[in-house]
Amino acid sequence: MPLFVPGLSLSPLPGAIPAWRADVDATGWRSAAQALADRGGRLGALWASDERDRGGRFAAHALLVGSEGLLYLRLAMEGTDYPDLSDLFPSASRMQRAARDLVGVNAGSDARGWLRHGAWTPGTFPLRRDVAADAAFAVGDPRYDFVPVEGEGVHEIAVGPVHAGIIEPGHFRFSVVGERVLRLEERLGYKHKGIEKRLESLPVLEAGRLASRVSGDSTVAYAWAYAMALEGAAALAVPKRALWLRALFLERERLANHLGDLGYLGNDGGLAFGLAQFSRLKEDLLRANARLFGHRYMMDCIVPGGVAVDLGEDDAPALLDEAARLEKELGILRAIYYDHAGLQDRCINCGRLPPAIASGLGVVGLAARASGIAIDARVHPGYAPYDELEPRVCAHRNGDVASRIVVRFEEALESLRLQRRISRELPRTATRIEPRVPEEGAFGVGWVEGWRGEVFVALEAGPSGAVRRCHPHDPSWQNWPALEHAVIGNIVPDFPLINKSFNLSYSGADL
Amino acid sequence: MEKILRQISAIGIRTEPAPAPDEALRERSALGEDILRLLGRALAIRHVDAGSCNGCELEIHATNNPYYNLEGLGIRFVASPRHADLLLVTGPVSRNMEEALRRTYDAVPEPKLVVATGDCACTGGLFGESYASLGRISNVIPVDVAVPGCPPTPARIMQAILTAVSARRRTPASPPPDSRGTPS
Repeated sequence: MPLFVPGLSLSPLPGAIPAWRADVDATGWRSAAQALADRGGRLGALWASDERDRGGRFAAHALLVGSEGLLYLRLAMEGTDYPDLSDLFPSASRMQRAARDLVGVNAGSDARGWLRHGAWTPGTFPLRRDVAADAAFAVGDPRYDFVPVEGEGVHEIAVGPVHAGIIEPGHFRFSVVGERVLRLEERLGYKHKGIEKRLESLPVLEAGRLASRVSGDSTVAYAWAYAMALEGAAALAVPKRALWLRALFLERERLANHLGDLGYLGNDGGLAFGLAQFSRLKEDLLRANARLFGHRYMMDCIVPGGVAVDLGEDDAPALLDEAARLEKELGILRAIYYDHAGLQDRCINCGRLPPAIASGLGVVGLAARASGIAIDARVHPGYAPYDELEPRVCAHRNGDVASRIVVRFEEALESLRLQRRISRELPRTATRIEPRVPEEGAFGVGWVEGWRGEVFVALEAGPSGAVRRCHPHDPSWQNWPALEHAVIGNIVPDFPLINKSFNLSYSGADL
Repeated sequence: MEKILRQISAIGIRTEPAPAPDEALRERSALGEDILRLLGRALAIRHVDAGSCNGCELEIHATNNPYYNLEGLGIRFVASPRHADLLLVTGPVSRNMEEALRRTYDAVPEPKLVVATGDCACTGGLFGESYASLGRISNVIPVDVAVPGCPPTPARIMQAILTAVSARRRTPASPPPDSRGTPS
């Protein structure tokens, strides 16, 4: 029996990952979070829900990650206020602001809107259950109070939301002296398109298609996390072959994104050769995906109960050949990147996120591993089939752009090793079982280590196969604030390189 | 340097022939054929993500990989709408991006073209219309060519771009719906 917090009454949540639920009051909410923080735990996700239609008021929900697994906290509020967690977990601040914009519950001192902008007015809360799915609201005031920085020679550079490249929209406000960045403040939420509200209007067996488009570059991670949450809530046991194929899809997604990023990082560092080479390798991989699985990004290949596509008998040799070829090419390109004086000059000590700051901010995923924090949900707590595949955690200590490049190279190579093993040892079972609808009120959670970091999906079933509440959570929530720290003291022209080295999702966190 | 040159020479040129335009993607013909002939393929594109899931962005990036080599056709992505002939727009239009999209469109000099890229841009897609989403791109700005797909492949995106700048081979059944974009 895990002992997250003395005195906390825990009930295990069924599913693929070790997770427990605790229903708490406001004091318990704080003390549980404090206990987790004291033991080096981190905040996974935080969201709110409207419970007035079933005799309550509002509820706050949090996923906390501890050494034993996942702790799901559920706080039934007396009114609309609940305790702030941002002093324990700084990333809670934006999540609490989003919960205020959507549900109208208050925590924390930062009263500025986060997702709201001008699309609706303060006092209107679109995720409340008495708001119709097709409601349209009066337009509000889109102005935003950036934190002013004053001093001799300080000036501001405003960038976005439309950026000078093929990039998602967001606003960056730099306060600079000369060329050096004193402070960066991000304003995101431009892509907010009401995903959580829409999820509530979909049948629980179909909503995974929308959940897997929260961030297109992580479609496999989201599809798996949604399926895991649903299968937990419905107590479904997925066939082994399906789990191995899910891991194959996830590793191919990781590889494709790492290849793409390595190309762009070379390019942003002045080595256009790298972009040409890596984008060629990525295209080869995407074409193989289209051939093998019918979709370049494997969208909708993971379905509740298993997978929608299978690997043929003849496909394993092709995958092994591809892995051998890619490994060789990665070796050549790695040697070029590591030897290239110009690239090293741009990347080493650029955009440093020191381990202490990374850990204080609760950074996750690839960015955490490049700053000396060896966390990876595939390894710890581990979930099937990774318990058998035994992936190696790739980490580095310096926390700079170069470290994030090194981690990508190592993870790409490790991912190839895993793909090889899957190709050779794929279990011969069914690929899918007929999914069933979870009972009303059943709750499940999915936790998947995507290429960028850990993706969570929390799902509560409604009556007769509906979604009551679904919260998909992107690792970018945790890592965007870290980017603000990583650029301090760097020159403005290095921002694109630093930003690319994190490559965070706007869509994923804007919902 | 030697390793780089050796790799370049070992890989060679991988660029494939460009796809042909596809008239089925055309939504309207706002530019006269004479203008389109003048434009040719020396086209400057400004990409605007109006609220996509970022899947379409992956494929737009891919149009510049060595296989598709869009820039090799004289078509390039530019950093400002002021430099652009064509807006390549993805996503349903989120309400939070509506003003930015309109302003970007207004900043593109006439004559200008718009290509709506992906299912969401064409119909609103899975996100549809809601308190936060205005749905398809043509609900906000005029669209010349719309290419469906979730996401559309790089070849389809190139087809859509090439369709936007190609003059119709056959005479249109009716005159263009408006004269926007004709030179004064």
